[in-house]
Parts: sequence; C-alpha cells; structure tokens
Amino acid sequence: MKARVHVTLKNGVLDPQGKAIGHSLNRLGFPEVGDVRQGKFIELEIAETDKAKAKARLDEMCRKLLANTVIENYSIELVG
Amino acid sequence: MKAAVLVFPGSNREGDVAQAIELVTGRRPAMVWHGDGDFEKADLIVVPGGFSYGDYLRCGAMAAQSPVMAEVKRRAAQGVPVLGICNGFQIVAEAGLLPGVLMRNAHLKFVCADVHLKVETSQSLFTNRYQVGQVIKVPVAHAEGNYFADAETLRRLEDRGQIAFRYCAPDGTVDGTGNPNGSINNIAGIFNETKTVMGLMPHPENATEPMFGGTDGKALFEGLVEALS
Repeated sequence: MKARVHVTLKNGVLDPQGKAIGHSLNRLGFPEVGDVRQGKFIELEIAETDKAKAKARLDEMCRKLLANTVIENYSIELVG
Repeated sequence: MKAAVLVFPGSNREGDVAQAIELVTGRRPAMVWHGDGDFEKADLIVVPGGFSYGDYLRCGAMAAQSPVMAEVKRRAAQGVPVLGICNGFQIVAEAGLLPGVLMRNAHLKFVCADVHLKVETSQSLFTNRYQVGQVIKVPVAHAEGNYFADAETLRRLEDRGQIAFRYCAPDGTVDGTGNPNGSINNIAGIFNETKTVMGLMPHPENATEPMFGGTDGKALFEGLVEALS
C-alpha cells in the first residue's frame, strides 16, 4: 500500500523559510497571506497489507529517520 | 594521540582537519569511510564538515544512520572522545550523541566569515588550552548552524556547564551582533554530559596557521594532544 507522511515544524519553532515564502506572496499581490509554515511531504510504497502493522512500522520510520522530533511533528496517512 | 577522521560521501573538510591534527601530532590520522563499521582503535574520533549525503532530508540525518556512526555511538558510550565540526556537529546531534538540533540560519543565508567565540569553560579535553572568557577568532561556513533545543534541555545544558563556545562581539560581549545564524543563547558549541563529545559549528581546523588568517583554533588540537597522549 501507499503511505503519505507529512513532516511539519512544531509550534513555537521559528520557520524562517515559511516566513520568507509569506513575505514573497505578500509582495506578489497576496496581502491576505498571513503566517506560512513549510514542511515536507514524503510518499512511500509499503509492502504490507495490514494497516495497523504498516502504521506501526511507519511510526518507527518517522522516529528513526524521517522526522527529527526535537523540532518536528509528523503525521501518517495510509492510502489504498 | 591516534585520531580517526570519518569520511562520508559529500564530506569536504576531512583534509583540513587531518592536516590540523598532523600539524600538532606529527602523524596523519586514519581516514575512515562511512561504510566501515569496524575501524582501528583511536583516541579521538573526528566527524568533519561538509555536506554528507548531499544534506538530503535534514543535515546530518542520513550520515547519523550510517554503519560507521553506529560504531562511533558504541565507542562514545565507552568514553572515546568525539569531535563534531560543522556538518559533523549536525551528524553527531542527529545521532543523539548531543542534544538539540542545527536549524536553517535565521536569515536564511549561507554564512562564510570569521566569527568571534567566547570560551565558556577550560575544563574539558577540547578547551583545556584556553582561558574561560577568552575570545578567539575562527571561521564559520554553513547554512544550517542555528542551534535550537527546547527550554528544558537548554536549562540543563546551561546548568551543567555544557556550553563550550558562544558567538560574541570582538570585545567578548555576547549579544545579537556577534551571532551569525540566530543560535539560541548564542551557542556555537556544546558538550555531552561527560564532556567527552563536543560539537561546534565553527572551523578551528581552518585557523591553525598564520597563512589561514589566524591561529586561534590550534590550541583546541594542542589541548586534545595534551589530554589524550
């Protein structure tokens, strides 16, 4: 099955890249844009049919490599 | 002192630090490839600067999971000193040998400049040749040197004297003007609890001979030789 992992900066952690993107959008004529937070989107093919097992393995992958939990949160979504 | 310098795909300061070590010890350190999980015994392990694995995912994240780092973690647990410089600091932090993380510089720019550092302690293998409060000048070259740790970790680091160096003004004033990357509390380098692991963003190896523009980094290596020989 396919899995989608979103990695985002925790609240309170400064995101200078998000800020720069926000400023650029404001400058480009999108004054309605306020706070911008940038994250990562990772799509994985998993050789596993049991959703619970896949989720547990993905959780481990996130903690070991995909996210740095000092500054980042992650969420896992299983597709199909 | 027998030193080992790790080499990852994308490392680029391994030669610089090897040269600095040779300058003070008279012998070339062993260069250890990232896939080598069982390298010769060493008194000091150096994780050099560069862009290991192209800085993919997060700086140091991939290198931290390499076979050689599994062995470094085992040896660090036994008390073998580990020095992480620049990308090496990022790798050592990602490997969990030091707390916190190095984030993108607050101003988003790569910074390549001489900076001033205030020595926070002389009570360590790495800083015994410096005086507390001494100001030294060494270069930095990084885009992700913005040290961050949560409030609790930071308090522990401060309370236990685990800060090695802070960015400062030339006169030693620790404030925003001397901070090249937005690091919390102006932190440039830290120790683990036992002070056997040190990570720092600046490059002491590039301030070891007058022709480099300064020699303030040399004492760090001389101190290590004195402590480990």
